[in-house]
Amino acid sequence: MALPRISQIAGTGVYVPGDDVDTDRIIPARFMKCVTFDGLGEYAFYDERFEEDGRPKAHPIDNPKYAGATILLGGRNFGCGSSREHAPQALYRHGFRAVLAESFAEIFFGNAITLGMPCLVMDGRDIRALAALIDEAPQAEINIDIPNNQVSIADISFPAVLPDHAREALVNGRWDAIADLLEGLETVKATADKLPYMRAA
Amino acid sequence: MGKTLFDKVWEAHTVRELPNGMTQLLIGTHLIHEVTSPQAFGMLRDLQLKVLYPHRTFATVDHIVPTDEREEPFSDALADAMIKELRKNCDDFGIKFFDISSGKQGIVHIVGPEQGITQPGTTIACGDSHTSTHGAFGAVAFGIGTSQVRDVLATQTMALRKPDVRRIEVDGKLSPGVYAKDVILHIIRKLGVNGGLGYAYEYAGSTFDNFTQEERMTVCNMSIEGGARVGYVNPDQTTFDYLRGRPYAPAQENYDAAIARWKSFASDKDASYGDLVKYAASDIGPTVTWGINPGQAIFIDENIPSPEQLAEKDRSTAEEAYAHMKLRPGQPIKGTKIDVAFLGSCTNARLSDLMEVAKYLKGKKAKGGVKAIVVPGSQSVAAVAESMGLAEIFREAGFEWRGAGCSMCLAMNPDKLIGDQLCASSSNRNFKGRQGSPTGRTVLMSPLMVAAAAVTGEISDAREIFGLS
Repeated sequence: MALPRISQIAGTGVYVPGDDVDTDRIIPARFMKCVTFDGLGEYAFYDERFEEDGRPKAHPIDNPKYAGATILLGGRNFGCGSSREHAPQALYRHGFRAVLAESFAEIFFGNAITLGMPCLVMDGRDIRALAALIDEAPQAEINIDIPNNQVSIADISFPAVLPDHAREALVNGRWDAIADLLEGLETVKATADKLPYMRAA
Repeated sequence: MGKTLFDKVWEAHTVRELPNGMTQLLIGTHLIHEVTSPQAFGMLRDLQLKVLYPHRTFATVDHIVPTDEREEPFSDALADAMIKELRKNCDDFGIKFFDISSGKQGIVHIVGPEQGITQPGTTIACGDSHTSTHGAFGAVAFGIGTSQVRDVLATQTMALRKPDVRRIEVDGKLSPGVYAKDVILHIIRKLGVNGGLGYAYEYAGSTFDNFTQEERMTVCNMSIEGGARVGYVNPDQTTFDYLRGRPYAPAQENYDAAIARWKSFASDKDASYGDLVKYAASDIGPTVTWGINPGQAIFIDENIPSPEQLAEKDRSTAEEAYAHMKLRPGQPIKGTKIDVAFLGSCTNARLSDLMEVAKYLKGKKAKGGVKAIVVPGSQSVAAVAESMGLAEIFREAGFEWRGAGCSMCLAMNPDKLIGDQLCASSSNRNFKGRQGSPTGRTVLMSPLMVAAAAVTGEISDAREIFGLS
């Protein structure tokens, strides 16, 4: 299960302003009536993008100016609420490959890293400055340099950080933990054997 | 230096350190439901893996289950496909399924405790953020995503980073009409919806010591709404008495040994914490939300805050909240007209919640035009409530008495708000669109406050309506 090493991401960006953007907003619950994640991409931010009668609401991710954006910019506590992996899956399947925000809710963060979609924390002022640069030059390439904790556009750079464990996992191609976890199975059994409640009834 | 319960449980379940510095942690108990597990089983099949400890995984169906017409096939073909998929996965992999026909189906966070599956000193995971509920028993319980459901199925472990522990002490006696729900709404209001980021919450103090297990569950349930993935209360005699004799609890002859082991996990007196905050129970009043996240809360007799009363960082979300809720800053929340009263969810649909409401609702009627529904947390809760005559009290009061499930907490079944209806709700999230209509409005509160709103047709102070003082 060799995974690609993720250390540099390049693409154009789109800013979705707002704090505490919860996972119900990222993918409304009615779209979770499914047994696969296929097709979730078109429902990302659905109720923020469309009126109930289907008319578009002019959401940034539908703005032709930002067409093809693969880097999503957000606010504070991005991805709070429900643990639904459907949320990062919907963003990934919509085409996003990284999220830059002031802070992330913990479960969303872990789910996104497991998909190989880095979530980097930036200062709020830097996010807004980057958003302003994108607004001026929407097709300008943004470069995310994961090992060096940096995001740049044209010749301007901003600090953008990942916790050590996530950075290590991404740059070494170990962002999906399953291979590492399977390697520890013997020790898992030894640990379980010490716990009375793990015994079969 | 002593250790916290969190430290001790973490140590006992640590398998090894992973190359990236995270911990491979054994998850002793895995709870699954129909929404977040099917893709995980799909991944398991793709990788040709088995479930490592099938006897430590327990399933039920809750999110999509209709609460009125429960005969299969369900009228919603997608919901019907989901229950059948879960049934098949449980059959294929040898997993115990509390199916509708078992009489024990219900919301996963209500079924686990009532079956005695949830136990002190254990680790629990479930693909649902309200898994923190189980911390009420002194378990360390994590809400997880679907890839982690796969990880736990295949390896009974997850990769995790150890958080700090914040101890939250609440001392004293709650005033009449103030409940566990108000305590947790108050804590979230004070610490913020992201204040718990990077922390596990340890709830302690005399208020918690005197709480029943079910009250502790209500508080732990909403830890995630404060940003803390894990919340727990140290186990004590209340916990041991609750679990004794339940189907999956240790047998009577082993029970004393189990208690001794469970007690050993409780936090040491000299344990060190990453942070400590204290509140007085007497400062907490009946609390309701006015906005679009659970931290936007006020006491029932307060006015909706104006932007200048809020910290600058909270102002833009407040503006968004006024617009969505169609409420004006500076106005009282009391007297706001409601359309729907929802009594249910993993936060507040246990027997004690229904008993407390029925005690005051008896002989009263929901206001004409208000749609009022009660959704018991499990079939077991429903059965006992029916045998006690509670269902009858609710029906006579004009409430619809429904079958068990998550229902209008997240509206994945047919129970949904319509248009911009405003719902007085005993659930846990007031996010935009949460209750099934993108423009629907949710006001979170305790079950008795939901009953008061149902009776008057507006957000009300239950103490006044039901004569508590």
